[in-house]
Amino acid sequence: MKIPLSWLKDYVDIDLPLDQLARLLTMAGLEVDEIHTIGLPIPHSDHSEFKFSGLEWDREKIVVAQIDEVMPHPNADRLVLCKLKDGTGEYIVLTGAPNLYPYKGQGPLAQPIKVAYAKEGAVLYDGHAAGLELTTLKRAKIRGVESFSMVCSEKELGISEEHEGIIFLEPDAPTGMPLVDYIGDAVFEISILPNMIRNACVIGVAREVAALTGKTLKKPVPTHKATGPSLKGKIGIKITSPQLNPRFAVGMISNCQHAESPYKIQRRLRLAGMRPINALVDATNYVMLETGQPLHAFDYDVLVKRVKGGVPTIITRTAAEGEKLTTLDNVERTLKDYTVLVCDTEGALSVAGVMGGLESEITESTKTVLLEGAAWNFINIRKTMSYLKLNSEASFRFARGIHPELCPEAIQLCLDRMAEWTGGEIYSDLVDEYPLPAKDPMVTVTTNDVTRWLGIDLTADKIASLLRPLEFVCTVKGNAVEVKTPPYRLDIGEEIIGVADVMEEIARMYGYDAIPATRLSDEMPPQRNNPSLEREEMVRDLLVKFGLQETISYRMTSPEREARWLQPVDKSAIDLDYVTLQNPIAVDRRVMRRSVMASVLETLQKNIRLSNRLMLFEIGQAYLPQKDNILPTEPRQLAIALSGRRETPAWDKKDNNTLDFFDLKGILEELAEGLHLEKVSFTPTTADGFHPGKCASFTCGDVTLGVFGEIHPLVKERFDFLQAPVLAADIDLEALLNVIPPLMTTSPVPLYPPVLEDIALTVDEAVPAGKVEALIRQTGGKNLVDIRLFDIFRSIQIGAGKKSLAYSLTYQAPDRTLTDQEVAQIRGRIVKRLDQELGAKLRA
Amino acid sequence: MQDHPILNELEELRKKGLESLQVVQDELGLQNWKVANLGRSAPMTQIFSQMKTVSAEVRPLVGERVNQVKKEFEAALEEHAAAIKQAMLNKSLTSDAVDISLPGRRPAHGRLHPQTKMLREIYRIFGDMGFQVYRARDVETDEYNFELLNIPAYHPARDMWDTFYTTKPGVILRTHTSPGQVHVMREYCPEPIRVILPGMCYRYEQISARSEIQFHQVEGIMVGKHVTMGDMKGTLTDFARRLFGANARTRLRPSYFPFTEPSGEMDVECFVCHGAGCQVCKNSGWLEILGCGMIHPTVLRNGGYDPSVYSGFAFGMGPERISMLRNQINDIRNFWANDVRFLEQFS
Repeated sequence: MKIPLSWLKDYVDIDLPLDQLARLLTMAGLEVDEIHTIGLPIPHSDHSEFKFSGLEWDREKIVVAQIDEVMPHPNADRLVLCKLKDGTGEYIVLTGAPNLYPYKGQGPLAQPIKVAYAKEGAVLYDGHAAGLELTTLKRAKIRGVESFSMVCSEKELGISEEHEGIIFLEPDAPTGMPLVDYIGDAVFEISILPNMIRNACVIGVAREVAALTGKTLKKPVPTHKATGPSLKGKIGIKITSPQLNPRFAVGMISNCQHAESPYKIQRRLRLAGMRPINALVDATNYVMLETGQPLHAFDYDVLVKRVKGGVPTIITRTAAEGEKLTTLDNVERTLKDYTVLVCDTEGALSVAGVMGGLESEITESTKTVLLEGAAWNFINIRKTMSYLKLNSEASFRFARGIHPELCPEAIQLCLDRMAEWTGGEIYSDLVDEYPLPAKDPMVTVTTNDVTRWLGIDLTADKIASLLRPLEFVCTVKGNAVEVKTPPYRLDIGEEIIGVADVMEEIARMYGYDAIPATRLSDEMPPQRNNPSLEREEMVRDLLVKFGLQETISYRMTSPEREARWLQPVDKSAIDLDYVTLQNPIAVDRRVMRRSVMASVLETLQKNIRLSNRLMLFEIGQAYLPQKDNILPTEPRQLAIALSGRRETPAWDKKDNNTLDFFDLKGILEELAEGLHLEKVSFTPTTADGFHPGKCASFTCGDVTLGVFGEIHPLVKERFDFLQAPVLAADIDLEALLNVIPPLMTTSPVPLYPPVLEDIALTVDEAVPAGKVEALIRQTGGKNLVDIRLFDIFRSIQIGAGKKSLAYSLTYQAPDRTLTDQEVAQIRGRIVKRLDQELGAKLRA
Repeated sequence: MQDHPILNELEELRKKGLESLQVVQDELGLQNWKVANLGRSAPMTQIFSQMKTVSAEVRPLVGERVNQVKKEFEAALEEHAAAIKQAMLNKSLTSDAVDISLPGRRPAHGRLHPQTKMLREIYRIFGDMGFQVYRARDVETDEYNFELLNIPAYHPARDMWDTFYTTKPGVILRTHTSPGQVHVMREYCPEPIRVILPGMCYRYEQISARSEIQFHQVEGIMVGKHVTMGDMKGTLTDFARRLFGANARTRLRPSYFPFTEPSGEMDVECFVCHGAGCQVCKNSGWLEILGCGMIHPTVLRNGGYDPSVYSGFAFGMGPERISMLRNQINDIRNFWANDVRFLEQFS
């Protein structure tokens, strides 16, 4: 909402500098986004707090002047010479302004034209440039005539984009006065909060300023007498649904002459962001900006013609589904059965509260205006405007709730302006149907309430004095204040909700800044751990410790993108159930992901050419629709992807080895150890997406935690990965977190020395090393404390299809030093058992 | 007697021996010299075998002299060995010097996503004030996301959230973490509550440098019998000071949220320009960091609490926005794009 300062000053005295006024408004919830100055000086300070823009007018060089005569240019048809007085002398000024042509060659003008006059050295915007380009007025010779000054258009002064003609100021503009003193202004761009539609008007803002500064609000009063006949019998009103249309009032003015509104009005409309049209239309817009009440003007003669000279009756009703109306933007609208229409007996005239119809709109030939001021159900209006995708100044306001009490006042103000600007005659009364008066809740606020909500102690009188300037009617009764909602706002609820609403008004007027900041003193709630989060963070920390980079991906994807991972290599398509968006931002983000692994592989793909070594992981939700619930489950998954060099190359490291299965397995082993998991095992398995020979399941006890391995060559192709293997681990985080033991136990530090021994065993190639190790461990008993595979060896000597596994064994007893004999016994048992079960032979 | 040939021979051996020691330059040379001059078959040792040929009166003199030379040799050897050791040390110190300008070998390490770090910082600060983390679901019902938060259908406040709808009627992606407020109240009622609710939220927006379709939010809620707007101000001011520095100035100004009344927004003085006005704060000197307010009676009631007995406050903030401000990240799209060149900067 754009509020011109000059307009605001019509209703409240303001003696604050621009930035202080902006701060006052912002701290009351009317956030000032920008202050655009038109001529007024921009304050310069270290802490301006606000964004200022605009042009400052030099007091000496830009003044009000008068043109006494417009003369033809000797050498140019499109230029004129003006005889001009600026209070210091008389000059001949050259201009090409087309709106001066009609005065050319008329001799001395009976009434001088008042203009904005800029002298040599004045800084202005270039009227002919496309945007806003500053230029300094210089002495020049144009077609043989010397020029050192100019008469200005609105664009040159930064008032609007208008630069077709020069500004004609009001005839009473004082010649010689610095222009900034005459029409200098500043426009406050204010964000209107959804519950503050009452302030989307100049009076609303003025009321706030008055309340905050202790000044009086000066409301406008109509000055023209309603001397016309009574409206009774000229118009009928029929409201079919008071719920949707609580009030419908009309007034009338006749004998209007087509005219433009005064320059001051046009300028204000432009500053407020509206385009002046003609005096009648401008009056409705001006009053809407002034009071917040949207008005609609009908050409009464058109209405009479529609009923063939009879008495028109206005009917408000909902549309028939599919009913059509051409709105005044010349678009034919198809309406819904809940759209409220303003009709006459012949059909629809306008979409209520949103936009007028084309047929009955005001034209240059309109003589008699029927002026509508109505109240509409805001939810219905919002529904209609979002369906029609039609955002008008009227619907913006009605959709947030306009109080029905504003109608008659706004109609009268508007008729008054119409009379003033077009010479019309106002009918003596209104026709006003008001079947559903607004409630204006009364709530009781106690001093105790204020202490309990806001943490400040105020007397009942103080509470009342904070609220009265906002026109709340307050009655103090002991420690309580009965607060009656003023009839310009619909945002105060009933009972305790109303108390909360009034509480905000008390806080605003008291000043949020003045409320003291206190530390929590209320009872501490029961303290609880959050193992689900704490363990998730533990997993993150471990993986980071192992050198992995965490990622967080978009959770919206497409089935096609995920199919690159989820679709088995031997199937052409899969059909998975997804949480699907009705209004996706793009086709490739139309569902919620099912697989975090797919996200991480995408990230790997994105980065694979940027880095020679990638170790990534992500922890996050996947979204799996359920059959028996409208909401999906949102299990957390852990996905790890590795690819590239095992070591970052350096000046003294030429190792080109790439990460492989065992790097990933090592990470999972270390993760399991870091989480103190018990009974972890890795079993060969096959799973979709993985290389069948390089894939294992990761289990803890009998709980499968996930699958990992090298991804299938065909899956690798889908992602366009490089040559190096891509390792992936797809882990069910919920399962992993559940098997973490709450406590870990330690073993005592050994007191007796260990016995170390290496043994090498020859086994068939097909025997898994894990089986050999498990058997050694099992047979070795509690005194075999460590087993480490340190070599795998294959040769002709050993024989084809055989391999030699070399283990370092550590024997240690907790209570004594083991003898060579004891160790030999254990070893003997191990070798024997391995021979029996796996055919393993001890190598000499 | 003094010029007995054997003494002359001895003198000759002495001279030669000491001379030859001078040219020895390394450990091996020293060993060889020692064997040659002091060993069992050294000429000097051989002199004892010639003793028989020497007259008895000269014999003690020769013996004494041999011992003298031996001692002299040993001393010379020790001295020369020390000199050589020193020379070798000096040489090795010179030749072992490295080019310290070569790059160091860095230990490989991983990194958390910057927003995990940001969230943890927020958890820690509120944790110290007794707020615990409570998490709720991403895919929500319209009821929890809007209705129970005092935002009925077609309410003008709905304009504040551009919503992603799913194909299931009444199921949406949460537009804020606020639905968690009702979940947590319904779970803990009638206990007092102090929790924060972090999570991913979604809004139907055009993705740009400033706006994202997915973003974190951390909501906080406190409910009790003695909770005031002053408490809210104090809690949030303390939070801002811990996050932005002990001297951070804040201001609380009125705002609007359907689920709080009164509502406010907290700004922190721009830490880039300290209020003077700059690009980061768009010349306002202030940065908006969170929205807050006293929980609306309707919402308290929907959570099971009697608004005439209980009160509470709630607040919500965008961790990505805070990171952008603190780390001067000019494009919000960096967060989920997962470009390692961005992520690697957050070591």
